[in-house]
Amino acid sequence: MIVPRMPTPRLTDAVVIGGSAGASVPLRTLLTGLTPAFPAAILVVMHMHPDDGGLLAENLGQVLRLPVVEALDKMPVKRGRVHLAPADYHLLAERDGKLALSVDERVWWSRPSIDVTFQSAAAVWGRRLMAILLSGANEDGAAGLAEVQRRGGLALCQDPATATMPTMPAAGIKAAGLRGGESPEALSRRLMHLESEKPDAR
Amino acid sequence: MTDAEAEIERIEVTLLLEAIFQRYGYDFRDYARASVERRLAQFLQDSETPTYSVALGRLLREPAYFHKLVPYFSVSVTSLFREPFFYEGLRTCVVPLLRTWPHFKVWHAGCATGEEVYSLAILLREEGILDRGLLYATDISQPALETGRAGVYPLEILRKGSENYHKAGGRGSLSDHYHARGDAGVMDSALARRMTFARHNLAMDRSFGEMQLILCRNVLIYFNQDLQNAVLELFLESLDNGGFLCLGDKETLAFSSVADAFVAVDDRARIYKKRVR
Ligand SMILES: C[S@@+](CC[C@H](N)C(=O)[O-])C[C@H]1O[C@@H](n2cnc3c(N)ncnc32)[C@H](O)[C@@H]1O
Repeated sequence: MIVPRMPTPRLTDAVVIGGSAGASVPLRTLLTGLTPAFPAAILVVMHMHPDDGGLLAENLGQVLRLPVVEALDKMPVKRGRVHLAPADYHLLAERDGKLALSVDERVWWSRPSIDVTFQSAAAVWGRRLMAILLSGANEDGAAGLAEVQRRGGLALCQDPATATMPTMPAAGIKAAGLRGGESPEALSRRLMHLESEKPDAR
Repeated sequence: MTDAEAEIERIEVTLLLEAIFQRYGYDFRDYARASVERRLAQFLQDSETPTYSVALGRLLREPAYFHKLVPYFSVSVTSLFREPFFYEGLRTCVVPLLRTWPHFKVWHAGCATGEEVYSLAILLREEGILDRGLLYATDISQPALETGRAGVYPLEILRKGSENYHKAGGRGSLSDHYHARGDAGVMDSALARRMTFARHNLAMDRSFGEMQLILCRNVLIYFNQDLQNAVLELFLESLDNGGFLCLGDKETLAFSSVADAFVAVDDRARIYKKRVR
């Protein structure tokens, strides 16, 4: 049913982060400051080798205060938790608050693909989504970022000048029509700021 | 895009799936929605259809247009000895029990182009129990089944398969089980003799007999939780007491309605055993 709604202030239910070559350092910068009280769910898609057996989840789990899980099909999405796309699967968000996986064709030679996760997350969370595209050497994620923007979410990119591989964030800036990118430190401050949003205001 | 527009799009997709079901009897209504939307969006783009509503009208009136859409719902990505550790798990946890049965039946639900079926047949042959087994391989996709029945694969697939075969603990060489013909390999007919390929739709069709082992890997990920539960109930009903159910690498019974009816015998390989009641 379509219920007319009062315009609400932007609150963030989910943060999606994508990156490829050169993204693991800025990813840590983004996530290290956060605590389990973080008010949104975090979905992370990093390009990796198909045989990577959950290494990234293990490494992140050791350094972060947030709990980190590698996504399983139909796993519930939880606030204050990092959900990683597993190697060789696309990660999608569903409207019933669960995650889904797929082995559909690669996108930009990648599975997991950032576009796939960003696009599905945009459909689920709309304005209540924040998307961040980090360093990388191809253009995966750019179309996804534009879709986040189109559905009213907040689209952000790492400043290509701060990225080891500027192609990906530069493509994101162009596709989403952003004025520019931000340093990993500035992006991290934005996330920290979300922790001060009142969860009971939702 | 406003909230109302997003909601309208969601309703359009629901109507479109309902129309397909009522008009053609293909039931995609309980497929995982996010993937369905991706595929429909891709189909609209490829078929130069401007909106879902236009697609709906054409789907109802033009069977040819519908038949162009069908393949978008069947993604047959698969490989020989996919996830080698799974086959190791089969050797250690399942084969010893299969040995104790004079005859056994296996159901590959969602077998795609058959690579998984040949992989299991090779493993069973190396374990010396292929002759006692019958392998039923089913899928919704007729073209995929044809490929499986023919058992002819490009050498490139066999080369990659050979790597996985060794990682999976293969005893000899993959080439012991096929012979080359041009750019392709023809799987040994002794393997194919134990197999039956048949069309079966997990979303609609019923069980077809008691099985000792069911493999349904990377198929349930395309269904929503309700349809997953229904299919898992079907597997439960089709399994012999103490029979085995194998899921894909990132699939689990943990979130399903049948979690209590099974015990995990190999967590990593996603091998479950039906509890004896
Ligand atoms: C990704 S493949 C999995 C192949 C193989 N089991 C593996 O893991 O490598 C998924 C298969 O499920 C089949 N499928 C999708 N919906 C189905 C349904 N309702 N009933 C039976 N098979 C279905 C598709 O046609 C496709 O061949």
